[in-house]
Amino acid sequence: MSTLHTVNKSPFDSGSLVSCLNHCKDGDAVLMIEDGVYGGLSGTTVSDAVQGKTDAVDIFVLSPDADARGLNAGRMMAGISGVDYDGFVELVAQHDRTQAWL
Amino acid sequence: MKFGVVISEGPYTHQAADSAYHFVKSAIALGHEVPRVFFYHDGVNVSTRLSVPPQDERNIQVNWTNLAKEHGVDLVVCIAAAQRRGLLDENEARRQGKDADNIAEGFRISGLGQLIEMGIQTDRLVTFGD
Amino acid sequence: MSETKKFLYVNRKAPYGTIYALESLEVVLIGAAFEQDVSLAFLDDGVFQLTKGQDTGGIGVKNFSPTFRALGDYEVTKLYVEKESLAERGLTEGDLQEITFEDEDDDYEEKPSIHLVSRSEMADIMADQDVVLSF
Repeated sequence: MSTLHTVNKSPFDSGSLVSCLNHCKDGDAVLMIEDGVYGGLSGTTVSDAVQGKTDAVDIFVLSPDADARGLNAGRMMAGISGVDYDGFVELVAQHDRTQAWL
Repeated sequence: MKFGVVISEGPYTHQAADSAYHFVKSAIALGHEVPRVFFYHDGVNVSTRLSVPPQDERNIQVNWTNLAKEHGVDLVVCIAAAQRRGLLDENEARRQGKDADNIAEGFRISGLGQLIEMGIQTDRLVTFGD
Repeated sequence: MSETKKFLYVNRKAPYGTIYALESLEVVLIGAAFEQDVSLAFLDDGVFQLTKGQDTGGIGVKNFSPTFRALGDYEVTKLYVEKESLAERGLTEGDLQEITFEDEDDDYEEKPSIHLVSRSEMADIMADQDVVLSF
């Protein structure tokens, strides 16, 4: 049993990403969407917190949202994958429940 | 699988209604069913037929109305949230003594029970909000 | 109605500044009629929803905090409050309303509905649900 967590707010604006990471279980996945994709950037004040979870949790950004914001894959942390909306749907199907961190 | 979707923020101000739209389109294209989308909090504002966005922008209400028409998605607008925010269908307008109604085609006003029922009857529930 | 599912209502926002706390509670009350296995989670700023002594006269909005005390009558008896969230905000259990229910399986004995849980226990509770509604 696992959970797909979605985070839609920038971690520099809201505590949602950090709170989400604090409540993940091993085998869960986190998908950053909308302004949440800023949480995938390397070299920020939250990068260590995110990187620290990549062993236990699969972390994704929604590529269309990253592209919209001019964030190419090279600016994201290693260990974070991009998915499109089809990939988003697949993640929802794959995990037993989806929890939105609004 | 059957997916239920909740949209809990209004159009244009928040990305929620757009993100949900692209998600639902992908889900249907991949062969999943999306029997219902439930609009709550400011999400009820997606259902107004009176919005006139700029010509070169997407029309969020029309996107949803067309999606409902094409794929039979039940677009449910929570009555309590709608009443607070001034979204009324013909019946509600009459009942409440208001001089106009404003719900777009494809949307219907109903109770919060429809949200719970969606949670019970679908395999996955995804929320788009703020 | 089909099987019983575990529903978790996640509350992470403070009351009154936004409508999420109030409208989340409205879902809980209506949802009670569906006789599912319901739990409420209060974490981050959501813990502020349960504080005692809310007096809304000066801001002209309805004080909905008494409604939490009625949840027992709707058979909603599991309110999980995160300890770390309280501590971060300088709150203790004593700052929260007393919310109880009458356990009909135990001679209608009055029992507390609020359960203080650690962050990691909260994560376990979340991982145990069928449907998670976030507001």
